[in-house]
Amino acid sequence: MSFWYWLCELLPFDFMKWDFMKNALLAALLMAPLFGICSTMIVTGRMSFFSDALGHSAFTGIAIGSICGLSDSLWVAVLFSVVFALLFSLVRSRSNHAADTLISVFSSTAVALGIFLATLDGGSFTKYNRYLIGDILSVTPGEIGLLLITLIGVLVFWCTSSNRLTLTAIHPQLASSRGISVTVTQTVFTVLIAVVVTLAINWVGLLILNSLLVLPGAASRNLSRNLRQYHLFSILIALFASIAGLILSYYLGASSGAAISLMLAVILGISMLVKKAR
Amino acid sequence: MNIGAHGGSCGHSCCMRIQNLSVKIGSSVILEDVSMHTHCGDLIALIGPNGAGKSTLLKAILGQQEHSGVISFSVPGQRNHRLKIGYVPQSPTFDPGDPVSVADLFTCCMGKRPAFLGISRKMREHILDCLNRVHGEDLIDKRIGTLSGGELQRVLLALALEPLPNLLILDEPLSGVDVEGMETLMDMLDEIRKEYDLAILMTTHDFDLLPTYADQVILLDKKIIRQGSAVEVLGSPEFRSVFHRKGGQRT
Repeated sequence: MSFWYWLCELLPFDFMKWDFMKNALLAALLMAPLFGICSTMIVTGRMSFFSDALGHSAFTGIAIGSICGLSDSLWVAVLFSVVFALLFSLVRSRSNHAADTLISVFSSTAVALGIFLATLDGGSFTKYNRYLIGDILSVTPGEIGLLLITLIGVLVFWCTSSNRLTLTAIHPQLASSRGISVTVTQTVFTVLIAVVVTLAINWVGLLILNSLLVLPGAASRNLSRNLRQYHLFSILIALFASIAGLILSYYLGASSGAAISLMLAVILGISMLVKKAR
Repeated sequence: MNIGAHGGSCGHSCCMRIQNLSVKIGSSVILEDVSMHTHCGDLIALIGPNGAGKSTLLKAILGQQEHSGVISFSVPGQRNHRLKIGYVPQSPTFDPGDPVSVADLFTCCMGKRPAFLGISRKMREHILDCLNRVHGEDLIDKRIGTLSGGELQRVLLALALEPLPNLLILDEPLSGVDVEGMETLMDMLDEIRKEYDLAILMTTHDFDLLPTYADQVILLDKKIIRQGSAVEVLGSPEFRSVFHRKGGQRT
């Protein structure tokens, strides 16, 4: 971290004198490619609403961890999200209800359970607010390490499985005819997203998390002609929005997660205009 | 799935047999005792009204549908030769907005290197060779969602031919293709089966071209009602009964 701090101090910005800004910048630089990459598949696989539901289940997991008296409820949340994701996949494959109906059922049940557990015995909900809004400025060097490991894990998964994932997302039957197990591929990706979403909920918060998982891919889709461009633009858009949002939030004194999210919305708007102009 | 080599020989270069194939979903019978026998180089057309079980039969052969019965394949002089199947799905609709090029689609299906890292020169040349089989080299950089019905069928055909299969299955390849495109596609299939000595099994609702191209026509309505040459089947009372009285597609 000391090398990173030294590097940050070379930058001509006065906010770089604060350690929390140095940590936040590094976290943003790691989070942007993480979300940028995952975003491409969430958009292609039409899973935007589902990733939102996973965020809600992560919140419930944190509440369960808290009730159990665990000081670090993050791993309980990860476990709960993974179980939630697997249960959802199972119900979706066995039910004739539309996917959006099932997502809504799971999402609202998870939130209701989370709030119920958090407020049990007259408990206060205030301590959970950070999971709703998130705070990238509070990220610690240990959490940055965790973020780096997650990014490396996602990159390895992407290098080994993205071809199968793409084919499964665009045409499951064709994927199946090429010997790809559609159910296994979809389930593994679902679990991956559950883990990423739950880890990230601490820093960006439930309300803003989904925009980071959807908007970079949605904006990049408007500008790209192939998968290489799609991934590249998605990562660049997430990087630009993260850094610009962080700086903007510092000077305006607003939530950094919200600023990043708004930057992404502006970029999405511009990408739509560019697409129309082509 | 019961796909395996069979010991019997029928004197041809290679042959595929389906014996007593049945599919039940819950209590309803979708397919009952379907048996057929085909050789490499043959073009078999599977016809029948909507809901006859044509797509289910294709899925069963592809191993995507649980079934009873046996599907076997043999090549003289080779033991335990595994049946390689190429598949062209029915009127696939790709989202026009998806940034997936034809080259990406091929890489996702065939390449070890992930498509998002870009396509190597060697892979690109290989894709061009594949597209050359269907005269579609110019389509390599087009997005799959922007291809016309005929172009998409050609691309999917090229994809199904790599690696070269013993059996090529096409589910309604002529739907969404104009009349001129139909003849071009059928000419191409004719050329392919002769050049690569592979069997083609296709479902269709367009009967006009069958006497020219199909070696065998199978009329299916949950079970095989009639099979034989195109002229025999299309002129049979069973064909008239299934299509005229049920109000299905006419010739």
